[in-house]
Amino acid sequence: MEAPAFDLNIPEARADVPESAPQEHPHILARDFSVFYGSNAAVRQVTFNIPRGLVTAVIGPSGCGKSTFLRAINRMNDLIPGCHTRGELIFGDQNVYGPQIDVAALRQRVGMVFQKPNPFPKSIFDNVAYGPHILGIRDRRKLAEIVERSLMRAALWEEVKDRLSDNALGLSGGQQQRLCVARALAIDPDVLLMDEPTSALDPRSTTRIEDLIAELRGTYTIAIVTHNMQQAARVSDFTAFLYEGWLIEFGLTQQLFTRPKEKQTEDYITGRFG
Amino acid sequence: MQLGTRRLLDRAFSGLGFISIGLMAASLLVILTPIFVRGFGAFVFQGTIEFRRMQLERFERGDRDEIEAELTTARRARQPVYEMLDAFDTEMGEMGFLERREYEGPREELEDALRELLGPRPEDPVPVMARDQYGATRWDRAREKIDLVLYRTEYDYSDRTRMGVPVSVPRVEDFRGTALEALFDYVELHATEMLRPRWTLYLRFLTDHSIDAHFFGGIWPEVLGTLYLTLGAMIFALPMGVVSAIYLVEYAGEGRLISLLRTFISTLAGVPSIVFGLFGLAFFINTLKITESKSLLAGSLTLATLVLPTVIRASEEAIRSVPTTYREAALSLGASKWRAIVTVILPASLPGILTGVVISMGRAAGETAPIIFTAAVSVGKALDFAKVKFWETLSEATPALPWNIYNLATEHEAVDEIRHVQFGMVFTLVMLVLILNATAIFLRARISKKLRG
Repeated sequence: MEAPAFDLNIPEARADVPESAPQEHPHILARDFSVFYGSNAAVRQVTFNIPRGLVTAVIGPSGCGKSTFLRAINRMNDLIPGCHTRGELIFGDQNVYGPQIDVAALRQRVGMVFQKPNPFPKSIFDNVAYGPHILGIRDRRKLAEIVERSLMRAALWEEVKDRLSDNALGLSGGQQQRLCVARALAIDPDVLLMDEPTSALDPRSTTRIEDLIAELRGTYTIAIVTHNMQQAARVSDFTAFLYEGWLIEFGLTQQLFTRPKEKQTEDYITGRFG
Repeated sequence: MQLGTRRLLDRAFSGLGFISIGLMAASLLVILTPIFVRGFGAFVFQGTIEFRRMQLERFERGDRDEIEAELTTARRARQPVYEMLDAFDTEMGEMGFLERREYEGPREELEDALRELLGPRPEDPVPVMARDQYGATRWDRAREKIDLVLYRTEYDYSDRTRMGVPVSVPRVEDFRGTALEALFDYVELHATEMLRPRWTLYLRFLTDHSIDAHFFGGIWPEVLGTLYLTLGAMIFALPMGVVSAIYLVEYAGEGRLISLLRTFISTLAGVPSIVFGLFGLAFFINTLKITESKSLLAGSLTLATLVLPTVIRASEEAIRSVPTTYREAALSLGASKWRAIVTVILPASLPGILTGVVISMGRAAGETAPIIFTAAVSVGKALDFAKVKFWETLSEATPALPWNIYNLATEHEAVDEIRHVQFGMVFTLVMLVLILNATAIFLRARISKKLRG
């Protein structure tokens, strides 16, 4: 057997993920899906399925459209003037860009963690309670319960339980990012989108976020965009490799990194370009 | 460029900068020093017994027995003056017709000057106007009145090529050899006994109503009018400005109409304030007829239109400078656009909006032209929302500091008599704006600190 293209240690929990998971349990389906900024295509006719309850990484060099694709799932691209799409993007049983979609409801089911930690300039409690509050939960006791549960899931509870009323901007960068995860989890989404969640963090905080992803795996469908290939290998079950907007390869992380089918993938993961 | 030349240029530039800063500080000092020093004089001055009598009779302030005892002492000191006048009158009765006619004019002038200094004679009937009922209440004014008693002004026309030159002539010359000859030395020597000046702290100047068109009393109607007008302007301008700014930043596109609108707003900020005043009169009073005539409401609305561009501009900048990441975070949690604006963007832009409010409040408080036709009257009672119905108070005209400063300086019948009131008003206005600004800066600092964590 030839030598693997990439040195990889797959944790045991992920060793027996079937290759057919995206086909059997799809959660988000892209069909010939393209995103345009004005007349420039950022994502071109992408077709693949993000499997339910697993971690899918989207990798590729800068400007390959990986963030654009991720932000298309919860329609954050709507904020950018001139941005439009073609093809189909199906979440669960509804077309994300269909005419009947309620964008606010969609975003409540698809949580997002951004590249830079972006807590509100409010207290830690209010940050986490923001989503539930919008959903109409006003009962202080219930909110406190949700806040505690979310912070525990985001592995931040022990560090902040005594200062919930402090301003969130007083936390360290890593803590802020976990707070953002807790904030996204507080509205109980089905999907968690992570747009390079560790690129602004130090190595120790990065490890904690990665551990967190491992813990959340199974409960949530997670899609993570990263430019760090080791990270993609460490945390994901499936990996999609995008290059200049095209989907070059999609498959089990283990396979994509050890036996890539495409030449471009191999060149990228072995560091020949990108 | 050579190193030496560059150094020289550098030095020249920093020198220029230093000089301009110095000039600015100096001009600020030149403007502010008299305002503070003379404005202070409205609150702290040497008050005479006439001042204490006025306070007792008009405001029921002070110890009645003590003041009356002091007044008796002062009147005893004044008695010789009146006795000399009476003796002179007797003397005049014995003169021939022609001689008497020569003395009649000067005597009348002297008595007027004395009345201004000491007030009416105790046994005379009480005059109608408050200004005639009291002598000089302030020692600085009294000293000028003493000069009027001692000297009269004559014009020297000897040089035909020039205008008449005023010359001071001692009045004592007019009365040589008569019973009045001794009066002038007596007034000069015993002035302090007749008026009993004493250092007085008159803080109530701020909260007293004015008596007889600012001859006595304080400036409360003006202060209150200014406060209400400023507050009223902000009540209209702040919500309108913030909502417009939200629309311009969050909802309006980049169309031609919108950019035209933006240009209009910028232009509006540079329109002379008198134009706003005329607009207020023509639109709010004559066209909309919101009130019959000048009123607090019309003035507030006019001032609101004046400061609206500033508020919009500042709010726009503040909203624009809120990081997009906040917006994204709110939207990604399922907040509607409006919800994100209210719960995240507005709170985060509050410090910037407050800065706009500070600038606008200072401007609204100090503007004269917009309220000339729409709100301000030169003499009026303090507005009182507690006593009269809300709407009636709103439709009442009010005095206001900036307008009354102008009015006292130009149109008052006795400008010289009430200089201290003018300066007191200017001082109060400057302090008011300073306090408004300080409060807003304090608030702003607190909010940004809260936002920063």
